[in-house]
Amino acid sequence: MPSIVKPVATHPSFQRNDLGLTIRDYEGTMSTLCAGCGHDSITAAITRAFWEVATPPHMVAKLSGIGCSSKTPAYFVNGAHGLNSAHGRMPPIATGANAANRELVYIGISGDGDSLSIGLGHMCHAIRRNVRMVYVIENNGVYGLTKGQFSASADVGSKSKRGDPNRMAPIDSVMLGLSIGATFIARSFSGDKEQLVPILKAAISHRGFALIDVISPCVTFNDHDGSTKSYLYTRQHELKATETDFVPPASEILAQIGQNGAVNVTMHDGSMVRFKGVPPNYDPTDRGKVMEYLEEHQGKGEVVTGLLYLDESVPDLHEMNKTTDIALTKVPYQKLCPGAAALDRLQEDFR
Amino acid sequence: MRDRINDFALKLANVNGTGSASANGLLMQAIFRMGIPVSGKNLFPSNIQGLPTWYEIRVNKNGYTARSLDYDLMVAMNSQTYARDIKEVREGGYLLYDSSWPLDPALLRDDVHFLGVPYAQLCNDNFRDPRERILMKNIAYAGSLVAALQVDMEIVTALLDEKFAGKKKLSESNTRALRLGYDYARDHFDLPLPFHLEKMGANHDKILIDGNTAIALGCVYAGATVAAWYPITPSTSAMDAFKVFCEKYRKDPETGQNNYIIIQAEDELAAIGMVIGAAWNGARAFTSTAGPGISLMNELLGLAYYAEVPAVIIDVERVGPSTGMPTRTQQGDLLECAYASHGDTKHILLFPSNPAECFEFAPVAFDLAERFQTPVFLMSDLDIGMNDWVVPRLQWNDAYQPDRGRVLSLEEIENLPKFRRYTGEDENQITPRTLPGVHPKASYFTRGSGHNKFGGYTEVPDEYQEVMDRLLKKHKAAAKFVPAPIVQRRPEATFGVLTLGGCDPAVREALDLLAELGAVGDFMRVRGFPFDDAVESFLAEHEICFVIEQNRDAQLRSLLTLETNVPKDKLRSILIYGGFPLSARHVVDGILQEFGLERKPVFAAANRPAGEVPMEE
Repeated sequence: MPSIVKPVATHPSFQRNDLGLTIRDYEGTMSTLCAGCGHDSITAAITRAFWEVATPPHMVAKLSGIGCSSKTPAYFVNGAHGLNSAHGRMPPIATGANAANRELVYIGISGDGDSLSIGLGHMCHAIRRNVRMVYVIENNGVYGLTKGQFSASADVGSKSKRGDPNRMAPIDSVMLGLSIGATFIARSFSGDKEQLVPILKAAISHRGFALIDVISPCVTFNDHDGSTKSYLYTRQHELKATETDFVPPASEILAQIGQNGAVNVTMHDGSMVRFKGVPPNYDPTDRGKVMEYLEEHQGKGEVVTGLLYLDESVPDLHEMNKTTDIALTKVPYQKLCPGAAALDRLQEDFR
Repeated sequence: MRDRINDFALKLANVNGTGSASANGLLMQAIFRMGIPVSGKNLFPSNIQGLPTWYEIRVNKNGYTARSLDYDLMVAMNSQTYARDIKEVREGGYLLYDSSWPLDPALLRDDVHFLGVPYAQLCNDNFRDPRERILMKNIAYAGSLVAALQVDMEIVTALLDEKFAGKKKLSESNTRALRLGYDYARDHFDLPLPFHLEKMGANHDKILIDGNTAIALGCVYAGATVAAWYPITPSTSAMDAFKVFCEKYRKDPETGQNNYIIIQAEDELAAIGMVIGAAWNGARAFTSTAGPGISLMNELLGLAYYAEVPAVIIDVERVGPSTGMPTRTQQGDLLECAYASHGDTKHILLFPSNPAECFEFAPVAFDLAERFQTPVFLMSDLDIGMNDWVVPRLQWNDAYQPDRGRVLSLEEIENLPKFRRYTGEDENQITPRTLPGVHPKASYFTRGSGHNKFGGYTEVPDEYQEVMDRLLKKHKAAAKFVPAPIVQRRPEATFGVLTLGGCDPAVREALDLLAELGAVGDFMRVRGFPFDDAVESFLAEHEICFVIEQNRDAQLRSLLTLETNVPKDKLRSILIYGGFPLSARHVVDGILQEFGLERKPVFAAANRPAGEVPMEE
């Protein structure tokens, strides 16, 4: 599958963002995934989110592991460096990249095989370190590239294309994230760009690890009757817990705060996330309440979506390690090397 | 009998976790400060408390400080191992033991002098606290050794003062215990022993340092900013030392912020991933590990090799496949590192022989990793890494500037019509790379999947091979850049000896001894892989070459047969891989045996090497 370069012709009517760029400037190469793949919709939402936030394309770093989902970083933000690594290993690679240069915006794309099986440990530890990055799990409950094996997110009773039911309990990234201190947790549906774009924009602003689990039906291996990750099933069972507005730092629409019982969370960079339509007794900043709500509704077979939990108070990797404000890669060598005189003094201790 | 000055070996048998290490280290350091060539080898168990542990000190005025197997004096402080410890003393040697309890008469030897000091009794009489009674026994036997070997008391006292500065009570206890052992020995034995110490001036330009400390310091000086690791013996102290040095040298004096980051990863797969991510972004990044960690890193090492991302891996080798013997030394990771990962891969390896070279090679490793855009392994081992070595003072040239390799600047990118990642190779087959965050025109998709020279995905055979062929040539080109081998030639040499790493002192000593016996050989210590032309010509020059290394499978020999033109039957192996450092005797015996010659009587006196005495269950 060679990568197919898209023509970059733009139409004068295309809107431009704060950097004067059109959405075409945030696109990548042509997707080689199956027609109708949920992942392509997520790619479109990511493209849109970066364009709307107006991140300079070269300040984005795209990372992925292996699998259908991990191919997608090639399909958005062409001007960004990408690193397609090994199966499950994206979180540590992103952690190292972030450690070296905290000035870039990191987005990691993975799948349920990548994140919930082979790389489960890595994802958990990236969450614990609160590595500042947008972390998308394109969750289809199935291994696509190896043709249809169940993944660890497959629900009990969900049927494979050949009709075999899955008997093992799923690993739910949202509940897992809540239990190990994730600071930003969302679930969405690839078919719902309206919901996904503001979540992605909020994730870009989040100071820490932003976990976004997106149900993304596999049209080839997991879109049949009996699957719980199909388009039909998800549409029938989706329960939108929250609706999210993302308010960039510069926009002065603070007057709207507080209406209709909305919950507002100010992000570290001064932007704001507005939770609208939040059900009674649901507070997206209260971990216990979120867990309770999810337990109740997921127990009924509902797929709860929205920006489900947010905590802006936890220090990220760099704050925990008290690293310098600039990228470590920008610290001049003279500041890093103690020099010959210091070495002479030090060696008095080695006598 | 004339006294033997500054030429003997002693071995101390202790119980792990009882505080003997500090007493033994104190003795070794005192001898070092007396200006005498000395080495100390800690032969310790994988255990926190209770199992037997040994420490060997060799003193040699001529500078031969490889491990000796001929123990003139055994300090037997562990009743569990009395039987084997007593066996190991050389004929006419001495054994110092705790006579608070009687020694089993069956263990006595006619040809060994037994010196009993009631250490437990002395300490029980003089100290109240049970823990102190145990700890002070160590300082007490050190006191006896000060008397027996004529260690300079002023130096010992000064060391204790430095160690316990500000801890008055501890200082008093230690001084008292030292005196107890000293006085008892002086009053009861004919001292000094016929082998003892006299001050020399050999160490004024030397330091006492272990390889892990030196390698960590080298990483600081090289400008490493990102370190990722998973704790593993015997490399842990390298990262501990890196942290200590970073806290000292890398805190911004104005902001108090750190110009470094150390991440304790969830496993070694993650540790190498973090290094690759950081290096992809342009940081000097490294990990420190041991063989089991390298096994886990294999997967991503292939990514770094194929996608051409720098990485520095410090491998402090230990014994064995699987868990093996974590606290014992070996050179068993050569092949694993040289060809780490699946598919066609070849890596650059550096082989320091002592802590001074650990320090010296650390910046070389980063320079090579960035210049060649590839993983570089800095291959130390437990003996080098965890034992204190007497080495020349470390040197630093303030004119050093890191070689960041071919990284395009913003200006260069702007002037480029189009950036194609794996094109534009130089004479070393290196192509320029770009770093994220510089310019949208420089972006590319780094991938471990099949790619062509433009960096694009490919499954086309010719395109795949084209990139792989360049990588092979690039690896070969690195031969000119790794540290050159050390060669010592002798007129009349009839054979060659090749070795690496920490075998150096034992092999050199052995060649001196062999020359006295009329078996004259040339010496080469390889310091890097790929091998340069000097290795090829050394092999060609000699009819027979002995390859001396510390592993079972003759891994250096294998690497030489695979990567040079040498005929296989020209290479003879001498392999010591039980887990204790190499001794000259191993080498001399091995070479003489190959030539069908008898060994010199001096070696016949002692019993079997310690490593070969079976442990009593």
